[in-house]
Amino acid sequence: MAVKKRRRSPAVENEIINLTNVSKAYSTGAPALKDVNLHISRGEFVFIVGDSGSGKSTLIKLLLRELTISSGYINVMGYDLSKIKHRKIPKFRRNLGIVFQDFRLLKDRNVYENVAFAQRIIQKSNKEIKKNVPSILAIVGLAGKYKAKPRQLSGGEQQRVALARALVNQPTILLADEPTGNLDPKNSWEIMKLLEQINENGTTVIVVTHNREIVNAMQKRVVTLKRGVIISDEEKGGYIDED
Amino acid sequence: MRISTLFYTLKQGFRNIFRNKLFSLASIATIAACLFLFGIFYAIVANFQHIVKNAEEGVSVWVFFDEGIEDIRIQQIGDMIAKRPEVAKMDFISAEQAWEGFKDEYLGEYGDGFTENPLENSANYQVYLNDVSMQSALVTYLESIDGVRMVNRSELVATTLTGVNALIAYVSAGIIAILLAVSIFLISNTVAIGISVRREEINIMKYIGATDFFVRSPFVVEGIMIGLIGAALPLGFIYTIYNVVLAYVMERFPQLSELLSFVPAADVFHVLIPVSLGLGVGIGFLGSMVTVRRHLRV
Repeated sequence: MAVKKRRRSPAVENEIINLTNVSKAYSTGAPALKDVNLHISRGEFVFIVGDSGSGKSTLIKLLLRELTISSGYINVMGYDLSKIKHRKIPKFRRNLGIVFQDFRLLKDRNVYENVAFAQRIIQKSNKEIKKNVPSILAIVGLAGKYKAKPRQLSGGEQQRVALARALVNQPTILLADEPTGNLDPKNSWEIMKLLEQINENGTTVIVVTHNREIVNAMQKRVVTLKRGVIISDEEKGGYIDED
Repeated sequence: MRISTLFYTLKQGFRNIFRNKLFSLASIATIAACLFLFGIFYAIVANFQHIVKNAEEGVSVWVFFDEGIEDIRIQQIGDMIAKRPEVAKMDFISAEQAWEGFKDEYLGEYGDGFTENPLENSANYQVYLNDVSMQSALVTYLESIDGVRMVNRSELVATTLTGVNALIAYVSAGIIAILLAVSIFLISNTVAIGISVRREEINIMKYIGATDFFVRSPFVVEGIMIGLIGAALPLGFIYTIYNVVLAYVMERFPQLSELLSFVPAADVFHVLIPVSLGLGVGIGFLGSMVTVRRHLRV
């Protein structure tokens, strides 16, 4: 497969994620990311792919500011994440929507409460919550299951709840870490269609995945990591076989 | 904070108690057990102190005057003694009162044979102390006053009571230290269980962008409620036990109740209720703060 290198857009003011010469080493000394340069513009849809241990999860954790970089420069939505104060992190994260492979729903709360929870955090009034939550649940196709507890839902439905929770605050960036990892092909495609739809409405979407079929079919920008290094960054790319 | 957020926080705090029933029960039981021991111990110590205080109040020092002293000098000496901070109260016993008292106590009708007062030089001040351990200092002072012939005291009683007071203080400090250590051990274990139950929930909240305050608040409400319940239960229990034991002792050992007076339940609980509730709330508050704090750095 011919590797097409992506050229950086000159429209830097439109850049929403900027990683310049970013390295991350854990306390054991093993480098998780080495000299990574990644620039993502507002409204892009980007797949981050790579084998286990390639540094995908570390990259997501850096973007979430769950981890700090060892060296380099990282800026997300104007926040310099190497210098951001602890008390500013919640405000920063409110502009991010996050979806995990294991859904991470509050198990003791129903669908409505799980989604409303994200709105409570940004101090929305009860009136706004009552308007916004049903609306987002309708978009993800769960309007009829708002009273169900997570354990009463299928994997696909749980991921839709997680997606609704991530979207209800209208985030600038949606980070999805292996969103289809626990789903069957049908549900996987439904989730990906939703992500594409969200992207078309202007949200920047970054998807970390192992799902070769989806990556190849969707023809989006693909960033491939191997042992902590970006080995490929293609527009309308595909899943690279490392062999 | 919005009113709706405040109500949400309170509601979540209350609901958390029922969501994690086992953890809540374990926490309530731990706090209740610690405060029960504390309450029982306090009730016992309060009674010991009450008994010792009563005994102390009965200890007095007698101040006798030089022969032929003028009444005005006796009055001056009385004023000087009354100004001393360790003096609780003092009574003047005239020579006649002293003789009458002696007759009544030791001679009975045989005393009528005396035509003169054999205790003519026995007018005295009977001085009671606030703190029996100050007896020596007071006696030294009294002996230095011009016009004072002699000061009588019961050194053995004073020394014994001072010793008992010191013993109660040491034993109290020791038992409180042990109770505190046991409480910290039990509570830290309960908190450790709480941490494992809550880790995921706290992480999710933080990922979504909750502030530390927002994450912490429902847990703190929950902790305070658990602390209050954990304090109220042993208070009710101790109140019942205290009254039952007091009634039993009075009934079965009436001679004991003549010798000793016990602190009424109302007086014990006047102190125990605010202290126990304060400790319960404090333990619940600190426990929940510590539990959550460890996981806020996400």
